[in-house]
Amino acid sequence: MAKCIGKRLLYMLISLWLIITATFFFMRIAPGNPFTSEKKLPPEIEANLNAHFGLDKPWYAQYGDYLLRILKWDFGPSFKYKAQTVNDLISEGFPVSAALGLEAILLAVAFGIILGIIAALKHNKWQDYTAMIVAVLGISVPSFIMATFLQYFLAIKMGIFPVARWESFMHTVLPAIALGSTPMAFIARLTRSSMLEVLSNDYIKTAKAKGLSSGVITVKHAIRNALLPVVTYMGPLTAGILTGSFVIEKIFGIPGLGSHFVTSISNRDYTVIMGVTVFYSILLLLSILLVDIAYGIIDPRIKLAGGKKGE
Amino acid sequence: MKKRLSVLFSMLLVLSMFLAACGGNDNAGNDNGGDKDGSKSDVPQELRVNINSEPPSLHPGLAKDSTSGTVLRQTFEGLTRIGKDGKPIEAAAEKIEVSEDQKVYTFTLRDAQWSNGDPVVAKDFEYAWKWALDPNNQSEYAYQLYYIKGAEAANTGSGSMDDVGIVAKDDKTLEVTLENPTPFFLELTAFYTYLPINSKIAEANKDWANDAGENYTSNGPFVMTEWSHSDKIVLEKNDTYWDKDAVKLEKIEMIMINDPNTELSMFDNGELHWAGAPTGALPTDAMQALKDDGRLITKPIAGIYNYKFNTTVEPFNNANIRKAFTFAINRQEIIDNILQGEQLPAQAIVPPTMFPENEEGYFADNDAEKAKEYLQKGLEELGLKDVSELPAITLSYNTSEGHQKIAQAIQDMWKQNLGVEVTLDNQEWAVFLDKMHSLDYQVGRMGWLGDFNDAINFLEMYRDADGGNNDTGWESKKFQDLLAQSAVETDAEKRQQLLKDAEAVIMDEMPVMPIYFYTENWVQADNLKDVVISGLGDVQYKWAYFE
Repeated sequence: MAKCIGKRLLYMLISLWLIITATFFFMRIAPGNPFTSEKKLPPEIEANLNAHFGLDKPWYAQYGDYLLRILKWDFGPSFKYKAQTVNDLISEGFPVSAALGLEAILLAVAFGIILGIIAALKHNKWQDYTAMIVAVLGISVPSFIMATFLQYFLAIKMGIFPVARWESFMHTVLPAIALGSTPMAFIARLTRSSMLEVLSNDYIKTAKAKGLSSGVITVKHAIRNALLPVVTYMGPLTAGILTGSFVIEKIFGIPGLGSHFVTSISNRDYTVIMGVTVFYSILLLLSILLVDIAYGIIDPRIKLAGGKKGE
Repeated sequence: MKKRLSVLFSMLLVLSMFLAACGGNDNAGNDNGGDKDGSKSDVPQELRVNINSEPPSLHPGLAKDSTSGTVLRQTFEGLTRIGKDGKPIEAAAEKIEVSEDQKVYTFTLRDAQWSNGDPVVAKDFEYAWKWALDPNNQSEYAYQLYYIKGAEAANTGSGSMDDVGIVAKDDKTLEVTLENPTPFFLELTAFYTYLPINSKIAEANKDWANDAGENYTSNGPFVMTEWSHSDKIVLEKNDTYWDKDAVKLEKIEMIMINDPNTELSMFDNGELHWAGAPTGALPTDAMQALKDDGRLITKPIAGIYNYKFNTTVEPFNNANIRKAFTFAINRQEIIDNILQGEQLPAQAIVPPTMFPENEEGYFADNDAEKAKEYLQKGLEELGLKDVSELPAITLSYNTSEGHQKIAQAIQDMWKQNLGVEVTLDNQEWAVFLDKMHSLDYQVGRMGWLGDFNDAINFLEMYRDADGGNNDTGWESKKFQDLLAQSAVETDAEKRQQLLKDAEAVIMDEMPVMPIYFYTENWVQADNLKDVVISGLGDVQYKWAYFE
């Protein structure tokens, strides 16, 4: 097990290096630079800025400098936001995005699994249809529409929640629902279909034949196996949701990390682009690893060291 | 049958959830905007506005964008400040003397204090300006100081900082020597690159401007007491400000919401006192409704939206072709149907806030007849028989829904009025700028906003073909001569005339096609008074109050 995890960590490092390298070169190929603006700078000032930020060095020197900086976990200053370093941006933005993300994931997982299980147990009954209509709506309504909808009815018309911003718990409810509705719907559908599959298995029939109550069958035998696909989906979902959603953060005015993914690219803010990319990649790779470990716990048939799933 | 019923039932159930959400409003919906207890006389003097996004820097020497400018204008005080009537008035300086040749300005400072109690001295100005000019400090807006003698040389490294014409004679006297007589210099001294810095603090701590706190000292009407990055900025009245009796607001909360719909919703919900320009934006879809309610406020500002022609490639190397394209569009129609913000059709380069007669401009809007004449003339000069022989034409703009709608309308107008087929092409902002600056385009969209209130702002960029912001490849000896004469002219009226003549040269050759002059549109709380917006579109809260 330990050996296998070690091997996985090594692969992770290689993946990370590939991501960093690809990002670095794509970023430099893109026309423009951090000082591109509508009002063009006098060339002397631009040359001076390039020299200060090391942008006048050959690409391999910049690339080398950059790798060294990542090793020291120092992404340098932001080109655009002079008052902050990239480390500041991440350490201030991530907790906000993560708090919102956790709330959304909790909502999504709790309601998604409950809806899915109800739908499967009451297969082809009205409960099933209701749950699946909710799920279809959740998947097909984009989060920004959901967000505006929630703002309009729950905040402006009914006055229950504030329209936007990030100050108290009440402020977090609407964005969490908007962010969590799509994953919730997805989880509900995943749970339902895998529950249906599991329920038709022989061992469930055996359990029934043994005379176990349907409650025990569901909780002890069915759910555990039915959750595997959900766990698979949770890995990338967690990484994606914890690092923030550009759209939701923009609509609700939340000072999270999500907006930096998009704005740093249009600003050509090289250091921020690299910082958030590296940070996100690490989270993503770690969460995939955690998912694999979780497999082993939920389903003892899957052994990390067994080579089948461990690769 | 039973199954169908159950489907129907479940759908009803879902539907009822949504319907339930629609009912029962009215409790918080008295959306007159802004303060709910507006009729009371003891209304709290606390303003909540949206500034859209995080200000990139609140260091006067590093700031270079309107968001940072908005904050700095409230917290700092320059030698002059733009007054309620739009003219510069004495601020940190109580007396300003100008020499006969208009090249030497002597400022006498009034007794004033920084927010930490330090006196504001002439050296603070000298320090701030020289700091920005020092090439080691990466001030991207240092060129705003190039009007001062020796400043450009010192900033580009070819001269010494000691030769720069900024001298603090004593604590109260600042003497500034300029390169040329600069009639708008007192406009400039109100601009943020010219603001002072508390030299005692800044010398001790170079990161003084990175956060609110005891290091962030300022000398303006307000002090910054909180700066949560990307979230909000809180300003409070500055008790050490020399003119504090004129300041009535106790507190300003500037939040950062970068979504026009949310901004308007918050305003309607009473969570903001202001929505829209100059600090935020209104959703275009809402403009008409706000106008119909009579809530929308509109003010013209010094800015132009235009299409530039690349005069180095066919067919736009021909002035008559450029004119044909310029005359063939219907600006009013674009404004009425697409922009909906009461913008002014532009038939000139310098905005009417600077040259009032430019409301009329140099030619008539939507003059298809004239356009066809010029097209014919142009085709003959190029040796072409008819429009089908024109080379393929591409219209470029940066990716955005607004620009795209305008481009489509103009594409259609050119086709109808000139019979010319034009393809549209859009790119991401930085890619687009790169193409424009390197003349890799035929017709391209550009906008320009004035930094200070003088026509030179809108003309200077066309002086040299390779000047950074020309983008058209056009230059003219006559135009250059007129600008050169205006630079040394000390008589304000004569200078104005020279600039008008220069504008006429451009309009005669049309390297750029004016489309509209910008306006600012906003809604504000009914009881909020005396927020001052200058002709440049800058906002000041110094005199604002709630009734």
